[in-house]
Amino acid sequence: MRNNSLTKTPIPVQDPKVRNQNFDEVALGYTRDQAIEEAKRCLHCKHKPCVKGCPVNVPIPEFIQAIIDEDFEQAYEIITAENSLPAICGRVCPQENQCEGKCVRAIKGESVGIGRLERFVADEHMKNVKIENAKKEASKKGKVAVVGSGPAGLSCASELAKMGYEVTIFEVLHKTGGVLTYGIPEFRLPKDLVQKEIDLVKSLGVEIKTNVLVGQSITIDELMEEGYEAVFVGSGAGLPRFMNIEGENLNGVYSANEFLTRVNLMKAYEKDSPTPVKVGKNTVVVGGGNVAMDAARTAKRLGSENVYIVYRRGEEELPARAEEIEHAKEEGIIFKLLNNPTKIHGKDGMVTSVECIEMELGQPDESGRRRPIAKEGSEFEITADSIIIAIGQNPNPLIRQTTPGLDTHSWGGIIVEEETMETSKDDVYAGGDAVTGAATVILAMGAGKKAAKAIDNKLQNK
Amino acid sequence: MYKIVRKEVLNETVELMEVIAPFVARKCEPGQFIMLCVEPDGERIPLTIADFDRERETVTIIYQVVGYSTRKLSEKNVGDSIEEFVGPLGKAAPLPSAKKVLGIGGGVGIAPLYPQLRKLKENGADVDCILGGQNKDYIIMKDQMEAICANVHYASDDGSIGSKGFVTTPLEKLLDEGESYDLVIAIGPLPMMKAICHITKKHNIKTNVSLNPIMIDGTGMCGGCRVTVGNETKFACVDGPDFDGHLVDFDEAMLRQGMYKEEEHKCRLERK
Ligand SMILES: Cc1cc2nc3c(=O)[nH]c(=O)nc-3n(C[C@H](O)[C@H](O)[C@H](O)COP(=O)(O)OP(=O)(O)OC[C@H]3O[C@@H](n4cnc5c(N)ncnc54)[C@H](O)[C@@H]3O)c2cc1C
Ligand SMILES: Cc1cc2nc3c(=O)[nH]c(=O)nc-3n(C[C@H](O)[C@H](O)[C@H](O)COP(=O)(O)OP(=O)(O)OC[C@H]3O[C@@H](n4cnc5c(N)ncnc54)[C@H](O)[C@@H]3O)c2cc1C
Ligand code: SF4
Ligand code: SF4
Ligand code: FES
Repeated sequence: MRNNSLTKTPIPVQDPKVRNQNFDEVALGYTRDQAIEEAKRCLHCKHKPCVKGCPVNVPIPEFIQAIIDEDFEQAYEIITAENSLPAICGRVCPQENQCEGKCVRAIKGESVGIGRLERFVADEHMKNVKIENAKKEASKKGKVAVVGSGPAGLSCASELAKMGYEVTIFEVLHKTGGVLTYGIPEFRLPKDLVQKEIDLVKSLGVEIKTNVLVGQSITIDELMEEGYEAVFVGSGAGLPRFMNIEGENLNGVYSANEFLTRVNLMKAYEKDSPTPVKVGKNTVVVGGGNVAMDAARTAKRLGSENVYIVYRRGEEELPARAEEIEHAKEEGIIFKLLNNPTKIHGKDGMVTSVECIEMELGQPDESGRRRPIAKEGSEFEITADSIIIAIGQNPNPLIRQTTPGLDTHSWGGIIVEEETMETSKDDVYAGGDAVTGAATVILAMGAGKKAAKAIDNKLQNK
Repeated sequence: MYKIVRKEVLNETVELMEVIAPFVARKCEPGQFIMLCVEPDGERIPLTIADFDRERETVTIIYQVVGYSTRKLSEKNVGDSIEEFVGPLGKAAPLPSAKKVLGIGGGVGIAPLYPQLRKLKENGADVDCILGGQNKDYIIMKDQMEAICANVHYASDDGSIGSKGFVTTPLEKLLDEGESYDLVIAIGPLPMMKAICHITKKHNIKTNVSLNPIMIDGTGMCGGCRVTVGNETKFACVDGPDFDGHLVDFDEAMLRQGMYKEEEHKCRLERK
């Protein structure tokens, strides 16, 4: 009884005109019937191209079969054998470039909604599960320290805990989850869901110490002296880039990190939050990735009337997830593509407008994308009260500066052996954005998992 | 949770707290700071480490009650706990080997000045200082400063202690009288530090200042604390908070600090 529909079973979403006024989740998720209907679109291909597209090799046709069999717990087991944060990945993976991009059904029509199904399975499990307290057994295999509680750190820690290691995560912020908590907004990734996934990791016996800045509160060498036999660095790419143009330090110019942190971590969107955030009538967001979409949609929700995305390349080149671009457009975000800011104007220290120049695309550059070139004399101004800069992040230099023997690239990324994620320093491993620069949740998780295996190998053969 | 083991009221608006915070106490150095949230989901505010005790694993903070979060903090007493407390953040103050140092502290700026001067003294420098405030009751830590400084000069707005006016008055007088220093450390409100730098630049005396822009995370992640130093953008929380005062763009720093003034002072105090 296959479902031969060429398009995905639609997922219920909040009306754009309603949702751009609230912080509730945009996509509401499949019901059981909808999930089963969508699951029946899978062809159960023998060569499983979809699995090859998934950085952590989730056994996709198998878990989809379990959905058809209405054994949702079984589906959950199958997914979590490979992916410890399915409720999150189902929501934020760029599926169109990964699992779904390789799906046979996408050749003619739309792919199977793998992400939506994964999300459904995880949500179903979360609804029913009671999270037990850490069943802390005496550690059998040794102590490992993990720096950072983002997806890389969490997945490395949970894999190691499952293998029987005593794992401690050190996190500098007062909340855990890394970008999942301070970066990606509530309307795309509800925070209590992130917290639940983290509670599940904790229930494996992982200890999380917040408010510890590794490198300052304690160094990696000192962790080793304290008896940690290996250290995994998953410190992410938190250092915001700026454009280095005139007027960038005016009030009203934020990095996306500052803007999103104020809103997500400090709950500035709640009326009586002690941490304020200011948006005016006109907001200009610079950049075209997920971060830019999140900042723009957040500004809209905070009451900014005209929110612009200014991006120097074209629609094709927008690096954000397809779904986010679509949602942003539906919510009334104005896209100013092929434009680049050149100067920010202000009065009495406050932003008043941003000067932009039109761009056209030239030959492909090293990254394979066509290089934007400014069109002489095409400058124009956009009136703005806030400008949010979302043009990328680099790894924070702190770990590199305080860890002798740890080699990094000139741009700050930690250098690792690709197979083991081992760094130039003995028994120190790294993965996620700290190694690759800003990338994706699932790649960070894949790296954490790979490192866990390598750490186990190394410590067992010592 | 971080337990408060000592609390003292230094004057009408300034209080001191000693807090158990092992990770901070073990490693911190003069010039570094912490960030705390008084309550769950509270605001993260930065405060300089005024003192520390490595054995008891405690850190001392001295804060002026100016708004919502510092008011919340001041409602806490010995035995209570602070929700979040992270550090040490920022770089240790650059304390070059100087022979003769003048410390200038204004208001609560005296608190972070003290451990720096003490350290320089331990390193063998001769130390003088100028302390300023609204009136004699507003000048904190007089005894501690008198204990480590050869000469302590005062300035107060009403003349109730030392010379009447700003700390720049005794500073100019000292320099005009031919007193020489190879390092000045100035910590206080931005206009004070700006005025001091203006004077010391003329006399060619190296001057370190401690900047206190608005901070969110304190780890280099948000860029909200950016300041221009020597025409370059720096993040005060990781590159500072201490900088060469002669290179700081004070006018920009003052504009940036004013960003949330209205909200914070008016609505938020009223809300309580
Ligand atoms: C706004 C935004 C939207 C995004 N949207 C998507 C999306 O839709 N899909 C997707 O796949 N990816 C998305 N990404 C990218 C994705 O979130 C990251 O690639 C991923 O989180 C990287 O994981 P990580 O574990 O390497 O680092 P992070 O998530 O950055 O976590 C690092 C953690 O380490 C902590 N830390 C850093 N230094 C130290 C230290 N010295 N000591 C202790 N702790 C430290 C940090 O506080 C942080 O909690 C988005 C990113 C942002 C910012
Ligand atoms: C590195 C650093 C060290 C500091 N050390 C001390 C200290 O030792 N003692 C002391 O009394 N004060 C210190 N401050 C200032 C202190 O952080 C602010 O007074 C405090 O944040 C005010 O919070 P509030 O909620 O009580 O006041 P609010 O009502 O929020 O604000 C009052 C004023 O304080 C400033 N301010 C507000 N939030 C912040 C913030 N997150 N970061 C910086 N400034 C802010 C603003 O100029 C604001 O107008 C320091 C600041 C920095 C950046
Ligand atoms: S983890 Fe991401 S890439 Fe892998 S199957 Fe799930 S949604 Fe697809
Ligand atoms: S490629 Fe698509 S149709 Fe084939 S097994 Fe994977 S999900 Fe099913
Ligand atoms: S406070 Fe966020 S970068 Fe300095």
